[in-house]
Amino acid sequence: MNAVSPIVERRYRQTPLETVQKQPQIFRRISRKHILPGFHLTLGFTIFYLSTIVLIPLAALVLKTVTPTADFPSIYHVIGHVVRVAFDLRSLDSYRLSFGLSFVAALLDGFFGFIAAWALIRYSFPGKKIVDAMVDLPFAMPTSVAGLALTQVFSTNGGYIGQVLDEWFGWKIAYTVWGILIALTFIGFPFVVRTLQPVMADLAVEVEEAAACLGANRWQTFCRVIFPAVSPALLTGIMLAFGRAVGEYGSIVFISSMIPYLTEITPQLIIIKLEEFDYVGAAGLGLVMLLMSFFIVASVNLLQHLATRHRRVA
Amino acid sequence: MRRATSDHWLMRCLLIAITGAFILFFLIFPVAVILVEALRNGIGFYFSSLTAHHSQTAIRLTLLVALAVVPLNTIFGVCAAWAVTHFQFRGKALLISLIEIPLWVSPVIGGLVFALIFGQKGWLGPWLTAHNIQILFAYPGIVLATAFVTFPFVARGLIPLMQSQGSAEEEAALTLGANGWQLFWRVSFPKIKWGVLHGMILCNARAMGEFGAVSVVAGSVDDRITMPLQIEQYYLNFSLPQAFALASLLLLLSVITLAIKIALEWRKLAPVITRLH
Repeated sequence: MNAVSPIVERRYRQTPLETVQKQPQIFRRISRKHILPGFHLTLGFTIFYLSTIVLIPLAALVLKTVTPTADFPSIYHVIGHVVRVAFDLRSLDSYRLSFGLSFVAALLDGFFGFIAAWALIRYSFPGKKIVDAMVDLPFAMPTSVAGLALTQVFSTNGGYIGQVLDEWFGWKIAYTVWGILIALTFIGFPFVVRTLQPVMADLAVEVEEAAACLGANRWQTFCRVIFPAVSPALLTGIMLAFGRAVGEYGSIVFISSMIPYLTEITPQLIIIKLEEFDYVGAAGLGLVMLLMSFFIVASVNLLQHLATRHRRVA
Repeated sequence: MRRATSDHWLMRCLLIAITGAFILFFLIFPVAVILVEALRNGIGFYFSSLTAHHSQTAIRLTLLVALAVVPLNTIFGVCAAWAVTHFQFRGKALLISLIEIPLWVSPVIGGLVFALIFGQKGWLGPWLTAHNIQILFAYPGIVLATAFVTFPFVARGLIPLMQSQGSAEEEAALTLGANGWQLFWRVSFPKIKWGVLHGMILCNARAMGEFGAVSVVAGSVDDRITMPLQIEQYYLNFSLPQAFALASLLLLLSVITLAIKIALEWRKLAPVITRLH
């Protein structure tokens, strides 16, 4: 009754893998590509919209740095002007401030972010869920709101921490380099915590137990076992915070006095160039920042690559 | 006796204290200051500063910008996720990296690129002036810059979500005779609707709060600026109570966004996104 016809039986005897391998190459490709509808529609719209909003505008920026205009009649004039603006003393000071402060802020985020992530993963304390939720606040809060609030908190006449620090120690925070540092630390904090949390949660307790059995004290276990395992994630978090801080503008507008050579960040200088109608100079500075961002992206990708390889070996 | 893998109680207290102090001073304190400063002159003054002419125009423009940007980026996000997850094609990895570009570049660059195209000395500037079309310092420019900055928000959440779901159910629907439209609305969309919502609220929060990109393309023309720029204008004019009143609205928006985001993530309805910027 359940007799199977010889043809079907023969088909069943082949393993699925063999069936797939016996299909002609072209058939396999088409069947994978075209099973579901909408390929041309969705990919077409994706590429169209991506080009309109991102690719063509970015290409316009790059082209602006090499295209002659009325003010710069030849390509040498244009490139000369771009180089002059990019290596101008004022620009160099703005890079030093932007990149230097972002670097310090990213390190501070690394330190506090590591502690926060450790406390949130390892310990239980009242209000832990609220603290965990609040970590995301700098992500969700508009930068101008954060800048306004931090300025009020740290300004000498705001009536809060800044006033106390000024009256007791004579420290001025807002409208100085320290204010910028605080704002940059604020916006970068969640990157480190959120990158570290999953990695710390994945750490196997057995490894620590083994270290303890072998006679390591807690500090040795931390330095030799735990820290090496989470350090790629920590570095990634720090790089992410750094990348975010380098491009930050919204909160700095409020907390910085924007004095040229002293507290002027690169994004601000770009806006000043645009207001002076020096479009080529603005494009040049934009290109510098763009290259810097790509350098950061590349290093984050490299770090993640190394981290996954490391994990696979271990 | 203490377990070998747990920290000393002193260490534990110290680390929790550092975390708590950092969160208190850097996160809770600024939020409290916004509320205190906004309500300092009484609730009546608070509402009158929100209904002031400049605040009203800024709120209206911000809503209009979000109304254009969020649907555009959502449609794009769904299309991109559909194309990337259901089909194999050459250059897919490149496409995904290109989609993420706006996350990496400074928001000021997002405004700068459109200023270089549509500005007076930009590529299309003279032509636009000749035909009396205003893009920069007007609504279209603000929409473009905001769209650039919030570009990947929906797509980036949906791609991992749809990848984890696979195409099996869609293929089954196809064999049962569903056409493309039915397939999307009856099979795919119900599976990703929370992910779409997740992306949309993040996109919306960023669109309404964007400062850097918009400040380049909006200039400082009084009735053509969004809420974050109006906050800066109030601040520069020493109208701090108005600035804080407007800031409290944006703060409310970000708190609601955060609450929805966390609710979706804790219920595992949407993928946890670690990098929001």
